[in-house]
Amino acid sequence: MQALTNKIKPVSRKKMTFWERIYLPEILKGMFITFKHIFRKKVTINYPEQTRPFSPVFRGLQILNRDEEGRERCTACGLCAVACPAEAITMEAAERQPGEEHLYREEKYAAKYEINMLRCIFCGYCEEACPKDAVYLSETFAPSNYQRRGFIYGKKDLLIPNPKEDPEGYAKALGDRKQHPQGHGNEH
Amino acid sequence: MHLLVINWAMFTEKLVLIILVVSGSLVIAMYSTYAERKVAAIIQDRRGPNRAGPFGILQPLADGLKLFFKEEIIPKFSSKFLFILGPSIAMLTAIMIGAVIPWGNKFHIFNRDVPLQIADVNIGILYIFGIVSLGVYGIMIGGWASNNKFSLLGAMRAASQIISYELAMGITLIALLMLTGTLSLKTMVGQQMDHLWNIFKQPLGFLIFLICAFAETNRTPFDLAEAENELIGGYHSEYSSMKLGFYLFAEYVNMFLSSAVMVTLFFGGYDIPFINDVTFIDKIGTNWMAVFQGFIFFMKILCFLFLFMWVRWTIPRFRYDQLMNLGWKVLLPLALFNMLVTGAIILLHQNHWHF
Repeated sequence: MQALTNKIKPVSRKKMTFWERIYLPEILKGMFITFKHIFRKKVTINYPEQTRPFSPVFRGLQILNRDEEGRERCTACGLCAVACPAEAITMEAAERQPGEEHLYREEKYAAKYEINMLRCIFCGYCEEACPKDAVYLSETFAPSNYQRRGFIYGKKDLLIPNPKEDPEGYAKALGDRKQHPQGHGNEH
Repeated sequence: MHLLVINWAMFTEKLVLIILVVSGSLVIAMYSTYAERKVAAIIQDRRGPNRAGPFGILQPLADGLKLFFKEEIIPKFSSKFLFILGPSIAMLTAIMIGAVIPWGNKFHIFNRDVPLQIADVNIGILYIFGIVSLGVYGIMIGGWASNNKFSLLGAMRAASQIISYELAMGITLIALLMLTGTLSLKTMVGQQMDHLWNIFKQPLGFLIFLICAFAETNRTPFDLAEAENELIGGYHSEYSSMKLGFYLFAEYVNMFLSSAVMVTLFFGGYDIPFINDVTFIDKIGTNWMAVFQGFIFFMKILCFLFLFMWVRWTIPRFRYDQLMNLGWKVLLPLALFNMLVTGAIILLHQNHWHF
């Protein structure tokens, strides 16, 4: 049979030599190997204190974006919900009332926007479908929870902090990940 | 003439010693579990327990607490008395070995010489052997009382293993006893302080003794009685809560005390290497000498404990037939050979090397 990889090692059934049958020298050899491992670098990452760096294309929790003036960008068009293969996104649209111009960027906005994180497969299609630059996938993942309803993320969980009221939180939410150099083609 | 004067002073002195030795070996056994996990982790390039307290130093306390809080189940069809007796015996026999081990020479306080040994029995090593054989009862009773055929099988495996290896161990000791001419551990240590350590006179004997000690304490590569990843747990599969804890704990106490026995028999006990004891005592006094000796003894024991753990995380387990082959067909003849050669050499020596 043709081997697929060159990692195959044929089993040797040859008789053990006297030296091997005494067994003790082989044990000492093994103990020497384990002793060497004492001085090796530890591979463990102390999780809560240290985290593994994410790859630049990591797709984590969704975030609802705001523009520079802190207005929500989402217009509840529903394209993300249509694009979602896991049907995790639901939303309800509402009309912007006079006097709410500082809250919502356009005349229509999402009064309710929910993503079920138990359904979400973090494929990133919502990010690609969004024509308004409103949904992004961030670098975090959903923390554990005791109840299923804790995994249904509403607007208050998803919205990015307001850059005017909470600039520090906004900067933190943006993170230090470099933007894609070409963007993803859907801007404005 | 009184052979043994029992008065209040001696009573308190022994009581303090007993409390110290028992609690000491329990604490060391406790921290052996921690050390075992740390050593395992370090050998496998991991970190080991490091959450409970600084460096995970409180981990054994947390483990013990967890065992105490677990539900205690006594199977309905087990014989209740024996079921509780099993772990008690295992623990008791493990701790009792500490009685005859000399931990240091002597203290001099309140105008009294206080030997650092609970009982200097003149048959010390025989006493140890007696107690070690009693340890089989703890396992056997536990397996039997569970009224579970798998526990019983596990207990049988453990008992037959311990009995088989005790034989080679005993015969090795005969060679050592011929050499030293005494059964008292204190005298043996005294001889080794004046002359060579016994390891240099009985290297083969030490090797056999070491292998047997691994088998006696049910440690890898001879831990088939309770092979965690193959059996359900062997003789203690019906045990829960602190009764299980006692069995696991007894193993570590055994490990500690068998290390102590090995150091006493072969590595000079509390003898401080490379130092002339008489001039050293004059320099620092009897009490400090005793402390220093105890410390050295302890260091030697720690080396052995590390060896126990190091071997555990290196060598895979024997198969049962291999275990029995090794015990009966290799170690026993080897021990007999060792005994014969030692006897012949002693005879020649007494005859001034003439046939």
